Amino acid sequence: MSQTKRFLAVTVAAVTAMGMVGACSKNTDTKPAADGQVNLVVDTFGDFGYKALVAQYQQDHPNVKVELRSVQKLDDYKPKLTQYLAAGTGAGDVVALEEGILNEFKTQPQNFVNLLDQGAADQQGNFLPWKWELGRVGADGPLIGLGTDVGGLAVCYRKDLFAKAGLPTDREAVSKLWPGWDEFITTGKKFAAANTGAKGFVDSVTTSFSAMLSQAGDTNFYDRDNKLIADSNPVVRQAWDTSMKMVSEGVSAKVPTWSKDWEAGFKNGSFAVTMCPSWMLGIIKTNSGAANAGKWDVASVPGGGGNWGGSWLAVPTQSKHPKEAYELAKFLTAPEGQVAAFKEAGPLPSSPKALDDPAFLALTNDYFSNAPVGKIFGTGAKSLKPVVLGPKHQAVKERAFEPALQAVEQGKLTPDKAWQQALKSAVKEAK
Amino acid sequence: MTSSSVVRASAAAQAAGARDPWRSRLTRADVRFAPYFFIAPFFVMFAIFGAFPLVYTGWVSLHDWHLIGDHTFIGFANYTALFADPDFWNALKNTVGIFVLATVPQLMMALGMANLLNRKIRARTFFRMGVLIPNVTSVAAVGIVFGQLFARDVGLVNYVITSLGLDAVDWQANTWSSWIAIATMVDWRWTGYNTLILLGAMQAIPKDLFEAAALDGASPWQQFWRITVPQLRPTLVFTVIISTIGGLQLFTEPVIFGNGRMLGGTLGQFQTVTMYMYETAFQRFQYGYGAAIAWSLFGLIVVFSAVNLLIVRRAAG
Repeated sequence: MSQTKRFLAVTVAAVTAMGMVGACSKNTDTKPAADGQVNLVVDTFGDFGYKALVAQYQQDHPNVKVELRSVQKLDDYKPKLTQYLAAGTGAGDVVALEEGILNEFKTQPQNFVNLLDQGAADQQGNFLPWKWELGRVGADGPLIGLGTDVGGLAVCYRKDLFAKAGLPTDREAVSKLWPGWDEFITTGKKFAAANTGAKGFVDSVTTSFSAMLSQAGDTNFYDRDNKLIADSNPVVRQAWDTSMKMVSEGVSAKVPTWSKDWEAGFKNGSFAVTMCPSWMLGIIKTNSGAANAGKWDVASVPGGGGNWGGSWLAVPTQSKHPKEAYELAKFLTAPEGQVAAFKEAGPLPSSPKALDDPAFLALTNDYFSNAPVGKIFGTGAKSLKPVVLGPKHQAVKERAFEPALQAVEQGKLTPDKAWQQALKSAVKEAK
Repeated sequence: MTSSSVVRASAAAQAAGARDPWRSRLTRADVRFAPYFFIAPFFVMFAIFGAFPLVYTGWVSLHDWHLIGDHTFIGFANYTALFADPDFWNALKNTVGIFVLATVPQLMMALGMANLLNRKIRARTFFRMGVLIPNVTSVAAVGIVFGQLFARDVGLVNYVITSLGLDAVDWQANTWSSWIAIATMVDWRWTGYNTLILLGAMQAIPKDLFEAAALDGASPWQQFWRITVPQLRPTLVFTVIISTIGGLQLFTEPVIFGNGRMLGGTLGQFQTVTMYMYETAFQRFQYGYGAAIAWSLFGLIVVFSAVNLLIVRRAAG
């Protein structure tokens, strides 16, 4: 047999085998729904509080079946979503975009359905004006996301540990302890001196750092032209210096957020205080467990309100049912939907109507000592100002500044060296 | 066309062909092509899942390739940037460090355990199967359990250390402590696997070698070093190569140890090359640069395997 013939034989065999492999794999996604059945997938991170809402939606729309997919951490969620978008398949029909990553996805708007084409314009009145604007790509651009929640700030504290340290436990009195961050640190020092057995007053300075940045109400790491100004923005420097003071005054329990020690720390009472934007309530509850019900309470944040976090729901263009997906997103972000989600998991409504709803304002959270969370988070939520976040805000915060802060807590770097390192990493992340 | 099977086949085909020339041609085609057909699935699978990604990654590495954005051809610029990138060298240092810290004791332990299991002990099969159990455990589960063991405040290891009157170790904060913690996970999982491979090879060593040595007055210890280890040389080479490939691709254990983050500690104390690759490609979206890291890692594995091969041959020979 000549070389060519041999090659031909191998090729034919290979192609045949490949055909067999292809024939064996069934693609259920592309199967047309003969009976009008529509399957929708919703991708979120953490708990958006959609379980009850989805059940209701399915009841009202018997032809729609909704699957809720959720990963715990935003850090894991973003690369997954990116891969789905790059591959052109795999993403949910409705996907959540957090504010820290929204801008990065907005640079590639072709990946998402323009919701205005689906008739979203009539929803505008449902959202805080800035929440609506941020969902758009430029003032006249397409609308890629409908707002879910905003990140109103508060402080969550352990009443039992406060009592042990001889501090007041009533939420009004506790709020009065710290009008500003300096008083917050003073209280922390008092707590540390009382030797309650906790590792520290506040879980880690990274959460305080985020809270301080989100109080800026203007810019953080980026200016309005998306230029990195982390090295020169006084807001960043001030938040950094206050955080450094927390470390040097021994106020921090030095427990890195999301670590095993952090999760266990809620249960064991390793720290007495953590910053809680309202979406954090669900996380605190999950980590602390039923045994600690009623030990947590909610007080106001030092230094006034701020916005930390909050998301949008978008529909990727790869969705096979953009129309139905939009209808679902509309339902989930409607005022009633936002109140229901808040009740279930704590994300603070971004709809003025929901924020004014007496049913919302009357909501209390029994896990947090029946704290009137509707009133605590709802008051002032309408006056929140969003911080201008650049395209890589989340990356600069989580992969440049937070590790540097933690390195100081670990005693691995001096504050000066850590600052240099944070700026260097920030440049790399922003590239 | 001279192999005997073909001759026999065409003889049969001639007999059939007297009646039906078309059928004889079919039979001949069957004999000629069927073997290729039967081995094709492997090559097809390899082409799809092995060769294609390899070549494609190489192609991507020559681009400034944003994962969901533009792709611009830039030649070898990614590779030159990589060699000047201190983060890459840090990741490489960590990878090699953890690899050495994990592999050397691992193979030593495996050799010792294989030697013990090769003796006539009670419940031999039970123990032989038992050593493989850690390997069957999901690596994520291993990571979670060990992550808890090595937690700073609530970890069992620190509990033991502090009850001995020593200071608790912040396992993630220091380079050496994080390397030890990760190497422990790797060893727990892979020692048994290597033990079984070495045990299999040990049983193939002819018994009369030992009998003759014993007659000459060699102690068990001498028998082990003079007979067992040299006879195991090819197998040792195999385990070293496999460990090298696995060790340099170390990913899941350090990721889970670092709370699922790709940074590997506050200063990259335990960021491995694969973690850096993932961070670059899927968190920074620099897909081309990530592909360049992948190809460099491939090259490094080849070099390391070759060096290890030489060392093991020399040492065991």
